[in-house]
Amino acid sequence: MNKSIVQMKNIKYAYEDKMALNNINLTIPTGSFLGLVGPNGGGKTTLIKLILGLIKPQQGQISLFGQDITEFNDWNKIGFVSQKANSFNRGFPATVKEVVSTGLTAQVGYFKFFNQGHRQKIIEAVDLVGMSDYLNQNIGDLSGGQQQRIFIARALVSDPKFLILDEPTVGIDTENVQKFYQLLHKLNSEQNISLLLVSHDVGTMTKYANGVACLNKSIHFHGNTSDFTNLTEHQLSQFYGHDLNIVTHQH
Amino acid sequence: MLTHFFQYEFLQNTLYTGLLIGLIAPLLGSFVVVRRLSLIADGLSHVALAGIAFGLFLEKRYGVLFLTPFYSGTLFSVFGAIFIERLRSIYHAYQEIAIPIILSAGVGLSVIFISLADGFNNDLYNYLFGSVSAVSRNDLYGIIIIATIVIVILSIFYKELFMLSFDEEHAKVSGIHAKRIHFLFIVLTALVISASIRIVGVLLVSALMTLPVAASIRIARGFKQTILFSIMFGELAIIIGLISGYYLEIPPGGTIVMVLITSLLLTITLKRVWLNMKRKRAI
Ligand SMILES: Nc1ncnc2c1ncn2[C@@H]1O[C@H](COP(=O)(O)OP(=O)(O)O)[C@@H](O)[C@H]1O
Ligand SMILES: [Mg+2]
Repeated sequence: MNKSIVQMKNIKYAYEDKMALNNINLTIPTGSFLGLVGPNGGGKTTLIKLILGLIKPQQGQISLFGQDITEFNDWNKIGFVSQKANSFNRGFPATVKEVVSTGLTAQVGYFKFFNQGHRQKIIEAVDLVGMSDYLNQNIGDLSGGQQQRIFIARALVSDPKFLILDEPTVGIDTENVQKFYQLLHKLNSEQNISLLLVSHDVGTMTKYANGVACLNKSIHFHGNTSDFTNLTEHQLSQFYGHDLNIVTHQH
Repeated sequence: MLTHFFQYEFLQNTLYTGLLIGLIAPLLGSFVVVRRLSLIADGLSHVALAGIAFGLFLEKRYGVLFLTPFYSGTLFSVFGAIFIERLRSIYHAYQEIAIPIILSAGVGLSVIFISLADGFNNDLYNYLFGSVSAVSRNDLYGIIIIATIVIVILSIFYKELFMLSFDEEHAKVSGIHAKRIHFLFIVLTALVISASIRIVGVLLVSALMTLPVAASIRIARGFKQTILFSIMFGELAIIIGLISGYYLEIPPGGTIVMVLITSLLLTITLKRVWLNMKRKRAI
């Protein structure tokens, strides 16, 4: 059996005539917690869109859970927290429960209503991210870090096996970033959810992730975290095209 | 006070229509407001006016009776909604430009048809500001059908529409047919507007959809509660508007809107007082 969740072979993707990704070969094994780093415009979000099937590569092959993406239709197995998730309308009068319920809408399907089982799942997902006390609060009344947890709960409520997070910690203070990584670590180790995380806080990420991939149009490095932290600054800045400060927060 | 409303048929028509639109306008309005489409409602009401004027024109000039102003207003409003969506996709980067286009087209056509129908008098006045005596049995049946359609479709697609309203991108990524759901929604909006015009008037119809929601949003927890409170504010305003309209012989639209504005100011004030009290207690 194929044990990888994502397999990308020789992928090329260009927007109009602007090359975004070239010669991408990437395998994400089951159970991994992979951090994806790279400069802005390096193609991280594009890579995610390819995995989610939102765009199609001009060249190459993608398999998800061992199945070619063109035949794959088990999208409930993949959860996604978008880069734009926390740019929602903060004045929107929706409770935490209501927001998380939207994670089930597509799964439940048209012409059907939420039942007791669905409501139970919603409560469990909110519990998993440690926000049970806020079930009936308006989402706009929560802090940025709490809102981010709710968006993770929304992604988790449909029981995904693989969770993709695109820069989820932007705008969250350092202390909550730590807690956030602890939550991801828990999901990975206790719930057996594989994770792909795009992030700029390289220092904190390398403490929790078990693999790192460095993307700037193509993959410049893919290995475990200790190999990554042993890279010289010179090697790193080559990947990034500019100097990179690795800050490890000690709290 | 309400006794007359149960005695006379024309007042019964008005009362039932009022209660129905007091329900469906804030119900749909809740989605309109959170999706930031309030101005579309205004645009559509002016297109509906053009349709009404067209109906008046046919009636007065050619004695056409099957297409009453109410039904031609509904027709125009629905086609206006479709047209707005076309414009919004054509002017992708300037979506709001669809509104002045459709609004001016509506007013332009209205002026032409109303003049041709010789209706620059009572008719126009009633359509602009609403009336307590203008709903016929036939119109009432149309409004009952509209209310049923709106309630049934909203219940069926509630979860999809809610998801689309909260986070359009997420809805699309999840495979919800965002375009079709949105289209359905905009057509429902057009129907609600044309159902409401007789009582609140063209100029104030979007107020009945948005002001109750604006008040409710200040105090509600969650979206369902927002809808519930909006309907309560809407019905209250309608009832006061109709009674005062009948006894004081003024168009109900004005009173309805003023009741809504008052409840809006009250909720803002109460919320502020309540927050202050909470803050003091916390210190
Ligand atoms: N929808 C788009 N149309 C055209 N170019 C795009 C689009 N989205 C991204 N790009 C370009 O593709 C490149 C990669 O973008 P992206 O994947 O968003 O990078 P990252 O997420 O790593 O910051 C950038 O140069 C960006 O300008
Ligand atoms: Mg990005």
